[in-house]
Amino acid sequence: MAKNILETQDLKAYFGNKQILKGINLAFLSNTVTAIIGPSGCGKSTFIRSINRINDLIPNFRIEGNIIFNDQDIHDKNVDEVDLRRKVGMVFQRPNPFPKSIYDNIAYGFNIYGIKDKYTIDAAVENSLKKVALWEEVKNNLSQNALTLSGGQQQRLCFARALAIEPEVLLLDEPCSAIDPISTAKIEELIHQLKKNYTIIIVTHNMQQAARVSDYTAFFLLGELIEFGKTDGIFTAPKDKRTEAYITGRFG
Amino acid sequence: MERHLDENLTELKTNLLNMGAMVQKCISDSIESLKTLDTSKAKEVIECDEKIDKCELKIDEQCLDLLVLKQPVAVDFRFVTMVMKITNDLERIADLAVDISERVLELSGKPHLKPLIDIPKLTVIAQKMLEDALTSFINQDAELAKEVILRDTEANHLRDLIQEELIKDFIVKDSNSVTRAIPLLLIARHLERICDHTTNIAEYIIYMVEAKIVKHRSSEL
Repeated sequence: MAKNILETQDLKAYFGNKQILKGINLAFLSNTVTAIIGPSGCGKSTFIRSINRINDLIPNFRIEGNIIFNDQDIHDKNVDEVDLRRKVGMVFQRPNPFPKSIYDNIAYGFNIYGIKDKYTIDAAVENSLKKVALWEEVKNNLSQNALTLSGGQQQRLCFARALAIEPEVLLLDEPCSAIDPISTAKIEELIHQLKKNYTIIIVTHNMQQAARVSDYTAFFLLGELIEFGKTDGIFTAPKDKRTEAYITGRFG
Repeated sequence: MERHLDENLTELKTNLLNMGAMVQKCISDSIESLKTLDTSKAKEVIECDEKIDKCELKIDEQCLDLLVLKQPVAVDFRFVTMVMKITNDLERIADLAVDISERVLELSGKPHLKPLIDIPKLTVIAQKMLEDALTSFINQDAELAKEVILRDTEANHLRDLIQEELIKDFIVKDSNSVTRAIPLLLIARHLERICDHTTNIAEYIIYMVEAKIVKHRSSEL
């Protein structure tokens, strides 16, 4: 049965004195895709970057409230950040493969976690490249530098790199904003496939993309969660006038 | 923020209202031709149907273009999709006005069986329902649309009375009256169907305005 794999409770985030998130309560069902939409500066990226504690690396960043992942607060002392980021993977706006071979990009995570068995790593490289439908395109050139791939291929490689270490949640921060429409369509198809095994949270500026790929949509404005609901409901009959104004292009 | 889409939606609204006005004229002309048994007016209604069909196609095409090119969402999406459905019902209403006119042609050359009393009453209800439905569309007034839906019961009741009277007082009693009674019976039925299509239009307007589906749930109004 579907359960909430992740939940934020009254989540507040600050950069110095500036409050970015103003008490976000959101729960994410496992094996669903949730889109987070909202105008620039509404806090959506800060929100997903808080979920795998990447923001913790930024000086002056401070958080209040709770983020519960698999029934445990991610800020508990006994939670290991590196282990958290293994379970909560992330793909960023711009494809950011390491300047290494395709193979090494995916094997990198295994090195970090001290896994050296070549058979395991080979299998993971092949599996994860297959999951992102890149295997057929690169299987004969795994030693090729990843930076020689096209933008769309690089982004799918980043998905493969995130998937190789078997996360439970995948955070996507505008993953298609820097790639062409064909690659975007492939990634959207990939998101749909990945939902069977992962819980996905995607930040996107593209409203049609949010409508196409997500089961649930959350609308953020000025650090507040204005509306959350099933995507078909949000896009046909939003309850809040501010959501309606934003998605119909009347402001933002 | 001013949007280009708003211009498109205004144009769509204007086209739909023009179509609505043409359909209203068809109903009044068809009933006028019935009262006076004026076959030339009845033929005008039949000829007008083609114009209304073209209107429907044009509006549908505009809606499809907007859906694919502008990808409207929320209130805009509901507006465009419901306009598509409204045109369909308006076109069906025009077809019913044509049906009434065809009955008038069948009746021509023969005196009326009896003075027309309830059919004009039913016509007034049908015309008022359509007028209010179009007004509720113009003003995006869901409350008025709800009133339109509730009036359909009255139309059904009147149609039953007309049918009962024609069958009991004429068809059963005098077989010679059948050729004049059956067209009147059918006209009552056509008018009642006009009310049904108008009810559909009112239901679409409620969805357009309030995002509530009331179709087949009129008891919840």
